[in-house]
Amino acid sequence: MFLQQLANALALGSVYALFALGFTLIFGVLEIITLAHGTIFMVGAFAGLVAVTRLHLGIGAAIFMAMLAAGALGWLIDLVAVRPLRKRSFHHLAPMIATIGCAMVITSVFQGLFGAEAYRFPFDFFPTTAYVLGSIQLTLLQLIIIAVSFGFMMIIIFLLHKTKWGTAVRAVAENRRTAALLGIPVDRVYQITSFTASALGGAAGILTGLSFNTLHTFMGVPMLHRGVAIVILGGMGDIRGAVLGGLILGFSEIMSVAYLSSDFRDAISFGLLFLILLVRPAGIFGKTGERKV
Amino acid sequence: MRVLDGVAFQVAAGTICGLIGPNGAGKTTVFNIISGLLPPSNGKVICDGKDITGRPPHAVAAQGIGRTFQNIRIFGEMSLLENVLVGMHRLFSYSPLTLFLDLPRKRREEKLLREKAGEILSLVHLEDKAAWPARNLSYGGQRKLELARALATDPKLLLIDEPAAGMNPAETEELMEEIVQINGRGYTVCVIEHDMKVIMGICGQIAVLNFGKLIAAGSPQEIKSNPLVIEAYLGKEE
Amino acid sequence: MGEFLAATWYTYNTLLYTVLVNGLLALSIYLTLACGQLSLGNAAFMGMGAYTAAILTMKASAPFGLALAAGGALPALVALIIGIPTLRLSGVYLAMATLGFGEVVRVAFLNLSITGGSLGLNGVPAKTELWHLVLVLGVLIYSLVKLRGSRFGRAWEAINEDETAAAVMGIRTTFYKVWAFAAGAFIAGVAGGLNAHFTFFISPREYGFEFAVDILTFAILGGTQTFWGPLVGSTILTVLPELLRFMGPYRLAINGLILLLVVIYLPNGIVSRNTFKKKADRG
Repeated sequence: MFLQQLANALALGSVYALFALGFTLIFGVLEIITLAHGTIFMVGAFAGLVAVTRLHLGIGAAIFMAMLAAGALGWLIDLVAVRPLRKRSFHHLAPMIATIGCAMVITSVFQGLFGAEAYRFPFDFFPTTAYVLGSIQLTLLQLIIIAVSFGFMMIIIFLLHKTKWGTAVRAVAENRRTAALLGIPVDRVYQITSFTASALGGAAGILTGLSFNTLHTFMGVPMLHRGVAIVILGGMGDIRGAVLGGLILGFSEIMSVAYLSSDFRDAISFGLLFLILLVRPAGIFGKTGERKV
Repeated sequence: MRVLDGVAFQVAAGTICGLIGPNGAGKTTVFNIISGLLPPSNGKVICDGKDITGRPPHAVAAQGIGRTFQNIRIFGEMSLLENVLVGMHRLFSYSPLTLFLDLPRKRREEKLLREKAGEILSLVHLEDKAAWPARNLSYGGQRKLELARALATDPKLLLIDEPAAGMNPAETEELMEEIVQINGRGYTVCVIEHDMKVIMGICGQIAVLNFGKLIAAGSPQEIKSNPLVIEAYLGKEE
Repeated sequence: MGEFLAATWYTYNTLLYTVLVNGLLALSIYLTLACGQLSLGNAAFMGMGAYTAAILTMKASAPFGLALAAGGALPALVALIIGIPTLRLSGVYLAMATLGFGEVVRVAFLNLSITGGSLGLNGVPAKTELWHLVLVLGVLIYSLVKLRGSRFGRAWEAINEDETAAAVMGIRTTFYKVWAFAAGAFIAGVAGGLNAHFTFFISPREYGFEFAVDILTFAILGGTQTFWGPLVGSTILTVLPELLRFMGPYRLAINGLILLLVVIYLPNGIVSRNTFKKKADRG
């Protein structure tokens, strides 16, 4: 039973980690907290839905469409809301407020397009085959989710550490001015990061939409909360932290629902978060130490 | 890796002491340790017989150690006068209650200390710009404001970090006079500088650092002719 | 004429009260922003104040003033407990801690029986009158005016500009930051108590992350260089949705667009440090 829950937690946690990864990338590289990431998630889910219901595409293409749509939107948000602020000095929270404005506009547009009701993927869209390994049972969908999520995470980590572009991104994250002096096209890096991080958020969206099979225009809101909590838990701007945090949160949610009661699910998650913050305010991988010169 | 290795020196009260050495020798690190911004891995900082090692920056200030920063850290959005008043923070004593009840004590203190702040600004020839936002000052002016603000803390020891950096010869002359005048009023000064004219011109004692080690200490004459020092600077002297 | 005024008052008095409450909330977050800290817990503090005050008036028949004071004191105490460990670190940690804290509080509200769980508390007595709100806001504004020209205001401003330099000047930075944070929590709590007693019904949904972000938006939009900014911001953002009500579903989009435009073109907020200075003094 425990192993089964562990497997479920892996499936859930991996999507959370994927979402948090995008969120962390933007924070680490662009140094802003994007509160539009929840809407990006929602857009990914709906783009996937449209791909399946209107364009009759298969799951692979649908995920691709979701990522493309979400990525493009993320890139647009950067262009419209964050880039203009880069050109002038501003309060360090101004970009965050700008992303809130974007989120409101996007949500409003989607409400206009889709209304407030819940949507589902077509009933027979995906086979419900389940695979049994020992005492664990996983559906094909869960396996795909785990594979896709971890696949993307590993690709991103590989790109970041083994390619020239990845090094450029890390350089900009480390110190924007120095990176610019070294000839790195900082603005291009920002655009690519926004696109990629949002694409990951969109992927998380469609995968979640497929697992829970309920899509509505506000589905990104609880996800955004979770994303912030995960990033805090894992340490702001740290990729390992985002992944580990996502898995931990998934684990805590599944376990508390399985062994306690679903009422306490959020209480436990956030209680855990709070305790960790009291003991280690910087998060698991965050940089601690008192702020000096 | 050690940034500082076995550095030990004393600053006698009432003197102007110089701390020199090539870039990266660890001079600012010494200041950072003294002001409590960096805890030393071992060693002590003793001020007037009191051990202040590792105490937080505001406690060090309370002990009477004031400092300026190598990269200017004035409060750009506040006026010059306000910058100096911030330096005088610990000299104020009125309570919030006194403030909210608008009791005369608060007005008296503010008036008194504002006058004093004006005097300090005159010492560095900035009194006519007292109401300016600090970011509007020229580079040289900002350096002087750093000095004024540190002075405002009424320190027993004033640590000045590269005050002449980027100044033209006229400004440097004025700065040297100002530091001597400050010392004349009883303040003990320790200066980090690269400009040898300044160091040789005003310091009574000089300590030399290189690669985190103290390589020489003594009077300007002794230091000038010390072969280790000359070697460290590769014979360069401004 | 008298009838018209009475009718207008009847329709809009809640809006006016809400404007004043949001003004208090915006100022509560301003206190922390003014010394360089970001608190995302003020909605939770508001909720704590609301529930405390409401429970005291409803279950213990406490006098209104006492209930409000308790509603302010409890969040302030909690703020001290959270603040002291987290404020020793750099700015973003308080943001994170308050965010996590806010969620924990919201979940607590949802699960405790004394707070009525997800149904909230209904039938909170109508005790708030206009003069209460005006008085509290007035005292707060007076305090802020006095603080600005004092050593405390300068200390906060110094911490905001450069915390390290401020510390070296002898300012006990952690002490000042914790005070600002706790004072903000107190005000948010009192605002919550006042709010509860004219809305008659409170539920955990009102005090979550979304509202915490709204409060932050009030302040940033209005401008955090002076304390008038948050008041302007909160007023605009409270009244605007009402004015835009006729736009129906596009209300959210218009709100978002306005937010976006103001932030991009007035990144330091609507009211800046120079807004009230004469041209000559702008430097």
